[in-house]
Amino acid sequence: MKDIFDFNIGIKKNLLYLFFGGLILSIIGVFQLINSGHGHEESTEIVNAYISDDGHSEFHWYKRLYSNLWINVVYFLGISISAIFFVAIQYVSQSGWSAGILRVPLAIGRWLLPGSVLMLIVFAITNHDIFHWTHEYLYDKSDPRYDYVIDGKKAYLNLPFFLGRMVFFLGIWYLFYALILKHVAKEDKFGGTESWKKLFTISTVFVVIYAFTQSVAAWDWVLSIDTHWFSTMFGWYVFASWWVSALALITYMIITLKDNGYLSFINHSVIHDLGKFVFAFSVFWTYIWFSQFLLIYYANIPEETIYYVERLESDFYFPFFIVNLVLNFFFPFFFLMTRASKRFTRFLKVACPMILFGHFIDFYLMVTPGVLKENGGFGFLEIGVLMVFLSAFLYVILSGLTKLPLVAKNHPMLEESLHHDI
Amino acid sequence: MDDKGVKFVIGIYEDEDVLLDAISSVRAKGVNIYEVYSPFPVHGIESRLGYKRSRLSIAAFCFGFLGTCLALTMMIGMTTIDWPMIIGGKDFLPLPVFIPVTFEMTVLLSAFGMVGTFFVISDLKPWGKPKTFDLRSTDDKHVMAIEIEKNNMSEAALKKLLKSNGASEANSKLMDE
Repeated sequence: MKDIFDFNIGIKKNLLYLFFGGLILSIIGVFQLINSGHGHEESTEIVNAYISDDGHSEFHWYKRLYSNLWINVVYFLGISISAIFFVAIQYVSQSGWSAGILRVPLAIGRWLLPGSVLMLIVFAITNHDIFHWTHEYLYDKSDPRYDYVIDGKKAYLNLPFFLGRMVFFLGIWYLFYALILKHVAKEDKFGGTESWKKLFTISTVFVVIYAFTQSVAAWDWVLSIDTHWFSTMFGWYVFASWWVSALALITYMIITLKDNGYLSFINHSVIHDLGKFVFAFSVFWTYIWFSQFLLIYYANIPEETIYYVERLESDFYFPFFIVNLVLNFFFPFFFLMTRASKRFTRFLKVACPMILFGHFIDFYLMVTPGVLKENGGFGFLEIGVLMVFLSAFLYVILSGLTKLPLVAKNHPMLEESLHHDI
Repeated sequence: MDDKGVKFVIGIYEDEDVLLDAISSVRAKGVNIYEVYSPFPVHGIESRLGYKRSRLSIAAFCFGFLGTCLALTMMIGMTTIDWPMIIGGKDFLPLPVFIPVTFEMTVLLSAFGMVGTFFVISDLKPWGKPKTFDLRSTDDKHVMAIEIEKNNMSEAALKKLLKSNGASEANSKLMDE
């Protein structure tokens, strides 16, 4: 049995290919954008005419790049914090079945630190282009572009408070992740149940803090893009999307590791439970998505329906709206419904990447229409930036996987995990 | 008691681990076990008995699908075809509005259907008579029932087999079918 993950040169080479492939696609995408005249002299006037009465700034090609950077930053950071949340939940519930697999979500959490730094950098570059509310003139009563609604939200949506929240959330998440890592390493070294009891306390506090901070983070990082619009379901909606992506990634990584000779002690019942998680939370995501949609559809208040008008009435975004629902609900619902499909890895190996891509589309659909309006596009640039981020993300989590042994040999409930039977 | 009915040999077991081992060794002898009764769920007993997976989930899916169809038919029939009404400025066919009721009907019918199916297949239906081989199986004893006619071993040999596998008692009982 291979105990420590071997991050060999072959995998690194593939990640490098992925990175450069993504980079080349992104550059092609950028050149396409510049050459199509999208956002340069000729077309900006038309765009301006449409948007200027709204007070929005004109469209430039780099806005699309920024919007992509932000989507990927939020998406991957969310997956990594949700993976840590998964670990915390296992300790809070004192679960035995998952004792053997916890090292995989712990490794996914390694992205949290680089992801946080990246988020701060990307925010520093893109703030005016993505977050409309960061413009000073919106709050200036003498300016013709003064916005009464946004001015009313000034107490919450102002740069110092926003940045403070961002740093606080990322910091406190990382603090708890570091604590969990410390005690896991301690458990490996000394054994006994002391670390396990400590981890229970740490995880309990973390779960409570995460429940509040995650919701607020979702308002800040995603909801505030559509500054005028609001939804009380949004924190949950983003949580569901992150959470199911993290579950799909954990499942996919465990299956792949098992296929490559690692984690050979993981039996089909554990895979089955992970598959149930992916299935159940795909339905949970749909529940949240639909609750948000139904209330707005039924109440039919213009300031709320605008969010869906932008997505449903647009020829460009409407197909994504359908793809989002098909990939994230209909496909997993029917594909993973039977017991056999969750028990045998062949189905999950198809379903997990599809769900991961589906939730990337979900975030694309949350961010892009608000930032780019009718100038949105999906082409080389989107795929390229996603590939660049994916390669960096995989590099960080795979090198994180080598830092601890794959088996938590001193976990007091390891034995239960090895004999898990459902 | 007359002689009509089916004759069974029943073994009484005190401990579930003894019972599990006994099931394996009895089945290894080629004996066909009719059923095992226990006062609480015993983990892993289905695989020892060689039971195939229950098809209850298929019934659940069918009943759920029936619920979906019924709910949609009812609502579309009433508010779209029979008496079209504009409610809240929506179309005559406001599909999102129908979803919650459809969901509820799906859950309701699949749950009721599953319970009903389970009652019927496990002889708990009102007109059915559940077989109780030994009343102590509802208290603290495990009961293994073997139908004599279905096996080519004599009653005495079966009793001896059960005894040798840890049964505290081996009785015979006549059940009317």
